[in-house]
Amino acid sequence: MTFALSFYTLAVVKALVLLGILLITLVYIQWVERKLIAHIQGRWGPNRVGPHGLLQPIADSLKLLTKEDLTPPHVHKLIFVMAPFLAVSLALISIAVIPFGGEVEVFGVRTTLQLTDLNIGLLFIFAVTSLGVYGIALGGWASNNKYSLFGALRSSAQMLSYELSLSLGVVGVLLLSGSLSLRRIVDSQAGYYFGFLPRWNVFHGPLPQLVGFLVYLTAAFAETNRVPFDLPEAETELVAGFHTEYSSMKFALFFMAEYANMITVACLATVLFFGGWHAPLPESWGIQYAPLVVGALVAGLLLYHSQGAFAGKQRRSMQVFGVVAALIGAAFLLQPVRVLFSPLFWFAAKSGFFLFLYIWVRGTLPRFRYDQLMGFGWKVLFPVGVANVLVTALMVALFG
Amino acid sequence: MSPSYPEAYFPILLQVGLAVLVAGGVLVTSHLLGRRVRNKTKDSPYECGITPVGDARGRFSVKFYLVAVLFILFDVEVVFLFPWAVVFRELGLFGFFSMLLYMALILAGFFFVWKKGVLDWAKRGR
Repeated sequence: MTFALSFYTLAVVKALVLLGILLITLVYIQWVERKLIAHIQGRWGPNRVGPHGLLQPIADSLKLLTKEDLTPPHVHKLIFVMAPFLAVSLALISIAVIPFGGEVEVFGVRTTLQLTDLNIGLLFIFAVTSLGVYGIALGGWASNNKYSLFGALRSSAQMLSYELSLSLGVVGVLLLSGSLSLRRIVDSQAGYYFGFLPRWNVFHGPLPQLVGFLVYLTAAFAETNRVPFDLPEAETELVAGFHTEYSSMKFALFFMAEYANMITVACLATVLFFGGWHAPLPESWGIQYAPLVVGALVAGLLLYHSQGAFAGKQRRSMQVFGVVAALIGAAFLLQPVRVLFSPLFWFAAKSGFFLFLYIWVRGTLPRFRYDQLMGFGWKVLFPVGVANVLVTALMVALFG
Repeated sequence: MSPSYPEAYFPILLQVGLAVLVAGGVLVTSHLLGRRVRNKTKDSPYECGITPVGDARGRFSVKFYLVAVLFILFDVEVVFLFPWAVVFRELGLFGFFSMLLYMALILAGFFFVWKKGVLDWAKRGR
């Protein structure tokens, strides 16, 4: 079955599928976060709306949509409305150049699992994400509220400071890969050292980019305004920071932007440092059956724990999810499914881990003080980033 | 296999359109759905229930400007690093030492700024 799809039709289909997946992830990552934080703190988390609170995000979205959309008279109206709009649309754009997998064939159509591969992909992402600071700065200023203004000022200074380190952290990767195209950066990480150690940039010779990765990761936490760098919305001192005056969906859009940025940054960490969609072990070690094992494990855990569930409804839903997990795992026994979904599985597993890390850190660490935050960004992260670039360059020049 | 410019950038344009559509759609929907009841208290800036004094158009610490200026300086430096890193394998040691010289100039400025106390946000000594 072969369709003669034109390039433009294909692009539209891919963009719509990508946007759909992104929006669903955006909605459900908040459920995952609330559940995980709750369990870290010894609570149940959302468990009333739907089985395991799975319909909670939908209920929340509907509630936010129908809430009063207040634009107070003391704000600068145009900028007040533009700010959340700008924040969220910029956050949704940067996902366009992320490569999720290699070339695949779906229903006879050959395509890459990427919306478009710009030869300046990395630069594009940095350009778009750094524009995101306007959403926050303008939103806080337009609110004409002291707390909002302080939140916005702090946020701008913080994001500017850490953007330096974010860029410095990836220069090492550029030195090793020699390209700004994200697809070529992933391609340069294919293969294994000694037959088992993946050539990901965190292990890549002549200088593994572990330091670069740590600089990138720390700066990424600050760029997305997450704990322990969530000073812009330090609720103990600034009420809600830059979005104090926002309500209804305008308020929610800022959170959508934050989570979309988190997803972009996590995907970028996977692409730049952890080999994108490449498996952590060669196929000769049987790594292609990992999704199968994971599916079986999840199914086993869910079915086992369903015995101890406290309500009949919970038991039934856990059994259903267990069977679904087993079926998904079993699907990986089929050759075509494995070829198509294995790269996606690894990409999702790695990015998912980084998203989990965000939530884990939020459940574990306290917040920095502002002078510590700025001091750390300029006096520690920046020099370390510069040193990493210089040492990597020297190693590449001598042994590369 | 590098696609032509329209082919590479059409999906970006598409994604921009979709993002604007989603953001705008959500804003318009919530504007239409939510009911609005206004009163004087709700319309005043939120300051924890205390009557606001003045507005937020006052002055703020000059440090924020300094950070912005420093950012421009050092970000330009980092932007220069990007093309240099991409072609670095062709430049080799020559490229390394040229960049070392350039970095030394920039870093001299960085340490000057550091010693001047621009990067200290809390007062020294306690």
